[in-house]
Amino acid sequence: MTPRGDAGRPGPGRLSPGRLLGRWLGRYGMLAVGGGIVLVMSLAALCAPWLAPADPTALNVDAILQAPGALHPLGTDALGRDVLSRLLWGGRVSLWVGFVAVGLSVAIGLALGLAAGYFGGLVDEAIMRGVDVMLCFPSFFLILAVIAFLEPSLTNIMVVIGLTSWMGVARLVRAETLALRGRDFVLAARVAGAGPLRILFLHILPNALAPVLVSATLGVAGAILVESSLSFLGLGVQPPMPSWGNVLMEGKDVLTVAPWLSFFPGLAILVTVLGYNLLGEALRDLLDPRLRG
Amino acid sequence: MTPPGPAPPAAPPSDAPPGSPGGAVLSGRPGPPRPGVALGAEVPYNGCMSELAKRLAAKLLWIVVVFLGITVISFAVIHLAPGSPTDMQTTLNPEATAEARTRLEALYGLDRPLHEQYADWLSRLARLDFGRSMSSDHRPVWDKIVERLPLTFGMNVASLVLTLMIAVPIGIASAWWQGRAFDRAATVLVFIGFAMPGFWLALLLMYALCIHWPLLPISGLTSYGFEQMGFWERLADLARHLTLPLFVYTFGSLAGMSRFMRASMLEVLRQDYILTARAKGLPLRTVIFRHALRNALLPVITILGLSVPGLIGGSVIIESIFALPGLGQLFYQGVMARDYPLIMGNLVLGALLTLAGNLLADVAYGLADPRIRAARGGGR
Repeated sequence: MTPRGDAGRPGPGRLSPGRLLGRWLGRYGMLAVGGGIVLVMSLAALCAPWLAPADPTALNVDAILQAPGALHPLGTDALGRDVLSRLLWGGRVSLWVGFVAVGLSVAIGLALGLAAGYFGGLVDEAIMRGVDVMLCFPSFFLILAVIAFLEPSLTNIMVVIGLTSWMGVARLVRAETLALRGRDFVLAARVAGAGPLRILFLHILPNALAPVLVSATLGVAGAILVESSLSFLGLGVQPPMPSWGNVLMEGKDVLTVAPWLSFFPGLAILVTVLGYNLLGEALRDLLDPRLRG
Repeated sequence: MTPPGPAPPAAPPSDAPPGSPGGAVLSGRPGPPRPGVALGAEVPYNGCMSELAKRLAAKLLWIVVVFLGITVISFAVIHLAPGSPTDMQTTLNPEATAEARTRLEALYGLDRPLHEQYADWLSRLARLDFGRSMSSDHRPVWDKIVERLPLTFGMNVASLVLTLMIAVPIGIASAWWQGRAFDRAATVLVFIGFAMPGFWLALLLMYALCIHWPLLPISGLTSYGFEQMGFWERLADLARHLTLPLFVYTFGSLAGMSRFMRASMLEVLRQDYILTARAKGLPLRTVIFRHALRNALLPVITILGLSVPGLIGGSVIIESIFALPGLGQLFYQGVMARDYPLIMGNLVLGALLTLAGNLLADVAYGLADPRIRAARGGGR
């Protein structure tokens, strides 16, 4: 990984190929690594049905807790299921949860942020105070309680994560809207007779999307972490459906005899979340040169 | 309820960049790194003492409103969700009749309208009565919480202090040597720290240090025979049991905090007065620690307040992995048993701690900011 910011340091004289490479890596290295990880992980998840060597839920009493080997590249679990297959299918769950939850939180955040920024006054006050309340929430407690009450299911997890994570987007969008509201092109649109909805969605929203994209990318990473934590506690995706979190939970019980069962799912989470974080940071740098450190 | 009269202060600590939706929730991470984001939260200059008092009053009023908001939402969500605490004792028990179930619900007051239940609960809360647990022991919720509070609270405070002690120097060094080897290494570590699921780190450490090389006890709070130990032995035993959990707690918030410190320090180092200080030949140490550090610490203080909910949430996971009898574990048990008063008690406590953290951060901000101190006549 390369640090940001020092790529532009001028070297003495003409740039050597090595320096050029360094400069390119400094500017796009993070994007390449992050984007690469996200791409590979997404492809692996999408192609799970074809890539997985075995049925992720097929029990095999003859191959219980086998160490990684030729037949089972990442070993088998306590029920003889192939860990690689379970991780590939689990990746689909993580990805799905990440995208739907973030989609929901962005939708809520956009709507509230636009309304608060554009209408101002009491609307703004009410919405932003609501944001403050939500930020003070011990939200993981609430998520846990709600999921436990509603029966842990994929839909419930996605909805609850989405409903408790929109505050950042709402703030961003509000700030952007406030800044854009007084600009000439918005004024021109208003003079031309455009209604608030038209102004908001056609003129303000497109200009406010860049930070939202960054926030959404980072949000996917966060949602994946929450989902795997819930599954790890047994309140997330329910077995036999595999998810990285619940494979890890099953691995915890056999840590002494089968450490690989705990190692690989955690690694998958780490790498994926790292990928989304890197991609988000790189996008931020590319989309908003002002923020380059 | 809406806040009447005075608007909340212009710069509540929540003006710091919000964390990423989920990650922040989990492990006290103040969100992914945001290098270079303008961090200097603007605090309006306060001309006189009464101004400060007014601000404090508005802040306190605001805290009451937020607190009520949190309790209303929690109460509604928990009570409206399908299922009931009586399920455990009735539907799962073949001998329980419908009549027994109704009687049980009446006993807990669950048959009354929701707003009445809430009013009842709130008025009892005002008298510091959290109600009785619905589990079979029927002990007061407050007693159950109090016996577990020291462990969780102590761990959180200890990890916050440790985090600050490690993250602040790292952040300063990274900012000073921006782009150099140290900064690069720290950046790599920060990104890994952000992506590391706490429960996985815990399992890895358990495997390495408790199973492969059995140096530390694998879980629990005390060893067998704890009662017979002397004071120092007990202390050593506790320390051995708490080393790993503390490490996992601290690791979780380290990345965010050091990144924040770095960004904030970079912002300050760019200022003209730093250039002036260096130009007039002040030693490096003086410039960094006297001129830059205090200003750079301000945003970090506000982040501390915001990281409380994450720490509380993280305790559920860490305590469940290490089998520590803390609040997180209690909450988990309460949720599984649908013990309404216990769940509400925990949520209220979590909210109170969060609000207290925010208030403390605000006060600390005031103490650290020369502009506010000057306004009170104590500054230079």
